Amino acid sequence: MRRSLFGRLWPNLVAGILFVFFVFPVYWMLTTAFKPDLDIISTTPVFVPFHGTTSHFDKAVHAAGFWTLVRNSLTVTIGAVLLSLLLATAAAFAVARMRFRGRKAFVLIVMVAQMAPWEVMTISVYMIVRDQDMLNKLLPLTLFYMMMVMPFTIWTLRGFIAAVPKELEESALMDGCTRFQAFMRVVLPLLAPGLMSTSLFGFITAWNEFPLVLILNKESGQTLPLWLTQFQTNFGDDWGATMAASSLFTLPVVVVFLVLQRRAVAGLTAGAVKG
Amino acid sequence: MAAQYKGTQVRAPDEGAAEPGPLRPAGGKPPAGARTARTAGTAALSRATPYLLILPALVATALLLGYPLIQNVIISFQTLDAFQLIQHTTQWTGFGNYKAQLTSAEFWHTTERSVFFTLANVALIMVSGALVGLLLYRLGKRMRLLLSIGLVLAWAMPTVAGTTVYQWLFDTRYGVVNWFLDKLGWHSMAGYNWFGGQFSTFAVITLMIVWQSIPFVALNLYAALTTISGEIFEAARMDGAGAWRTFSSVLFPMLRPFFLSTAFLEVIWVFKAFTQVYALNAGGPEGLTETLPVYAFVEGVGNQHYGTGAAISVLTILILLALMSYYFRIILKQEDDL
Repeated sequence: MRRSLFGRLWPNLVAGILFVFFVFPVYWMLTTAFKPDLDIISTTPVFVPFHGTTSHFDKAVHAAGFWTLVRNSLTVTIGAVLLSLLLATAAAFAVARMRFRGRKAFVLIVMVAQMAPWEVMTISVYMIVRDQDMLNKLLPLTLFYMMMVMPFTIWTLRGFIAAVPKELEESALMDGCTRFQAFMRVVLPLLAPGLMSTSLFGFITAWNEFPLVLILNKESGQTLPLWLTQFQTNFGDDWGATMAASSLFTLPVVVVFLVLQRRAVAGLTAGAVKG
Repeated sequence: MAAQYKGTQVRAPDEGAAEPGPLRPAGGKPPAGARTARTAGTAALSRATPYLLILPALVATALLLGYPLIQNVIISFQTLDAFQLIQHTTQWTGFGNYKAQLTSAEFWHTTERSVFFTLANVALIMVSGALVGLLLYRLGKRMRLLLSIGLVLAWAMPTVAGTTVYQWLFDTRYGVVNWFLDKLGWHSMAGYNWFGGQFSTFAVITLMIVWQSIPFVALNLYAALTTISGEIFEAARMDGAGAWRTFSSVLFPMLRPFFLSTAFLEVIWVFKAFTQVYALNAGGPEGLTETLPVYAFVEGVGNQHYGTGAAISVLTILILLALMSYYFRIILKQEDDL
């Protein structure tokens, strides 16, 4: 059945409009970051920045403590992702490959933990961290971020491990490997896409986290999201610098997305969990 | 996956106690005499293995999630203001905080607002997400790639960065949205302050949340659609079904679990959305856009009534559980597939 010209045209037209709708905020952030101030506050918006400038980036990068914030964010994020991968791989292997009493209960705990309402638990987390005298430090943030991403990591890795044919592992055992060796040499390499997609998710979650750092690290040990939401105190109404800072904050996420894109998106959709 | 596992279970090395020799040659080949003693040892060890493997995750969950949840409930029964906080004293108040909240108009207004906000957002996300997903399926290769890139970009945008960008897009004086609406002929929108009113602030928050959430639903739906054989659509068309009929009678029933689980994930996600609401306008103007998580934060941390904040957060969790109960029932029914 041939479709009419209109029937073939409208999906493309709608797709074009939707493309603009989804991309425009990102485009506007980037172009504002590169526009000179006069173009930013002109009465007619400048849609293509012909007179590019990097002065806003200079201002953002040279803002007080910027590099400390970058270091804090990276430490907390990477620490949380690595810790969660370590704990989750072990647990996911047990759940996917072994039968044991309490397995189902553990899986249910993981599923419930995945939906933990962290946004409304900040007060009790604050009390606990304060009682340990750990406010304004990076360690509690790292640990709680790890806990935020671990359930999802277990849940997704469990699927990936179950998909590795058991026969491969068994033949390695036959060839004289220990269970651990078989895991390291056979299962782990095949898990690469799973490890990648879960670390991508973990990276984004931890890199983005805002409510907990807002309450825990008011004085020091701040991370980029906290800084970014306080841009009005940092930059006043300087939208150029604010958009430059936002672009810099977005950059690592986009890089991670691009590097891991294909496998990662496939992995995330396989997990079917909010990214 | 579980079925696959069960199929191969017969050969599971953990349970191969009957013939453990060839399956478990740990560390080379043991001499024949040592085999029995060794087997008993390794059997005990391999029975313990799964527990050893899940132990770190379990301990982390207990300390970092279970303990804060319990602590949350404990604090909610205390009067914990700035004074008690500094003095490190514990002052019990029983159900005082709960009574105060459940009899306050503000709490009920916020609850109503939260529930309505969640339902409106989720409805918008699901309907438009499904439409975009179906469109992706219908598009040609090139346009599909283009739209996917747009979706992935919006998806990848960090929430906090998205919030600052939306503040800039909707800026009163230099915001491009006001300029555009003015150009379209809606001149009263020039210089409009979006963050000065309850409804307009919610409109911006909703637009941002829908913009962030559609990609997840659309790309997932598209992935699910590609797993359905084209013959089914062919058959539906042969039977004379139109587009709507094909969707409602063929696609939707097939993808019911997908729509159900996605909708519930969105409910959780929107209901507890804190960053978007708080970072965009801090629940303003005058607390009129406070949703429950923001309300708990403002009361607890902002006004330093930590006990009150904890009680609000316990009530929030209970409301969330009530909203989710239907979904949990389904999960528990499918427990065998875990």
